[in-house]
Amino acid sequence: MIEASLKQLSAALAQKKISSVELTTLFLDRIEQYNPTLNAFITLDRERTLAAARAADAQLAKVGAGGTAAAGQAAPLLGIPLAHKDIFCTAGWRTTCGSKMLANFVSPYDAHVVERFSNAGMVLLGKCNMDEFAMGSSNETSHFGPVKNPWDLTCVPGGSSGGSATAVAARLTPAATGTDTGGSIRQPAALCGLTGLKPTYGVVSRYGMIAFASSLDQGGPMAKSAEDCALLLNAMAGFDPRDSTSLERPAEDYSRDLEKPLAGLKIGLPREFFAEGMDAGVRAAVEAAVAEYRKLGATTVEVGLPNSNLSVPAYYVIAPAEASSNLSRFDGVRYGHRAPDYADLNDMYAKSRAQGFGAEVKRRILIGTYVLSHGYYDAYYLKAQKIRRLIAADFAAAFKECDVILGPTTPSPAFKFGAKAADPVQMYLSDIYTIAVNLAGLPGMSIPCGFDNGLPVGLQIVGPWFGEAKMLNVAHQYQLLTDWHRRMPSGLGT
Amino acid sequence: MSLSLDDVSRIARLARIEISPAEATRTRDQLNGILAFVEQLQAVDTAGIEPMAHAVDVVQRLRPDTVTEPDRRDDFQAIAPETEAGLYLVPRVIE
Repeated sequence: MIEASLKQLSAALAQKKISSVELTTLFLDRIEQYNPTLNAFITLDRERTLAAARAADAQLAKVGAGGTAAAGQAAPLLGIPLAHKDIFCTAGWRTTCGSKMLANFVSPYDAHVVERFSNAGMVLLGKCNMDEFAMGSSNETSHFGPVKNPWDLTCVPGGSSGGSATAVAARLTPAATGTDTGGSIRQPAALCGLTGLKPTYGVVSRYGMIAFASSLDQGGPMAKSAEDCALLLNAMAGFDPRDSTSLERPAEDYSRDLEKPLAGLKIGLPREFFAEGMDAGVRAAVEAAVAEYRKLGATTVEVGLPNSNLSVPAYYVIAPAEASSNLSRFDGVRYGHRAPDYADLNDMYAKSRAQGFGAEVKRRILIGTYVLSHGYYDAYYLKAQKIRRLIAADFAAAFKECDVILGPTTPSPAFKFGAKAADPVQMYLSDIYTIAVNLAGLPGMSIPCGFDNGLPVGLQIVGPWFGEAKMLNVAHQYQLLTDWHRRMPSGLGT
Repeated sequence: MSLSLDDVSRIARLARIEISPAEATRTRDQLNGILAFVEQLQAVDTAGIEPMAHAVDVVQRLRPDTVTEPDRRDDFQAIAPETEAGLYLVPRVIE
């Protein structure tokens, strides 16, 4: 059951082979057993979860006894458990964003994404650990302690969606939500051996998704396969009037092209993504994956993304700038941490924020404040926004030569705890292949493509704007041919 | 662009985050490290390039000016540190 795909789980539930309560209990028991070691979850509520499972069972009973494939299709996610990254507001559940600032915050409303999955009948298992306010690439900045990579407990799972990644990899949940601002779905998916997808900017509503960098943030699915991610994306995507950047477009079935053969597919390989800086083991796994694609009938062409070397510095001007604006709402007045002692209002703000935020968050707010301040705005923020346009233009030109772009998701596999703690910039460079995709607003995925010294390696697939169905097709065809995505870390039972 | 301790103090005040004298030096050094890293952007010729604030070319959507939300003040204030008579309480601002 813990290895089953969402489609298989749906069929099992429809055919009454298992109830939602039984399936949910299975995962809750695994969480109870393994979460103390892995620390993937910040908040759990067994009784509340089981109540939701019972409600799902009542719905399943209405769908029809002896259920059919059609019944499963009508409600493909009904009764299946799900975990949410603790950045999505969940009414009545704590939403901490991995921070002391929101350690006791209970949201009075559901995020749009949470509503969508709730309406689809998924059962909330708990809230997943994450880097504080989504700022990090290792899940080491969480106020609630680091998350361990189930493939090697001395290594990080990646971040910021580290808890979600570990939860899926350790089979504590069949699926999880994540968010991706500079790589925070794709990088942990790569480091933990899962499939994660960041949609085109504007496809998934950010309402109720605690804001880090508003022009970059996107929520997306994390699961064991592209097929699963397609089903989850179908539930998540779509217009929401409450998010002013949500796009109004005709509804899509993201699984519609999964089975298309890849003969004739043109794959772009950016020379900048295959230069030095990549571990030999990562290079070998990615090149082997490209060879598989050639066997499937795809051709490859070298493309250039000449400005992509500027993506990490541009991002570390733009994202902190937007974060400094977004996190100014945390002032101890209406919600969140308020300092116990202060001299006056300004002192209350300054102390509440100094106490509530961790070091990395403070660093980014300060950088952001500086680059937006009078006298520096043009030189830093505007300059970075112009470079952003150059980066996006590179991709637009590349997509004239190819249908999708492939490359490594990360330069190396999971690193040891503390390995990049000394120098913030070293940590930032873990996202060297993922960040440009956010700057351009493009969709991107990571799928497992091998191992490097026992640690998973991720292959990044980048699609053109609104090219999710094509990306999922490219991922799925590879997953029909290979079994990297079915591997599971040892020592976690069956 | 290298920051001084005065700069750090000024930025901290703008950001409303208290930085103790003990933290100020380390903070300055870390911020300078990040600024040194992003300095490479200055070398790029961006003459004539429009800044890109948004991934997709869209305009702010407008809607009719009618009330669409229910009054949930009590729910929203239930989680506040201090409230009274529907107001959020803060230290006295005006003497």
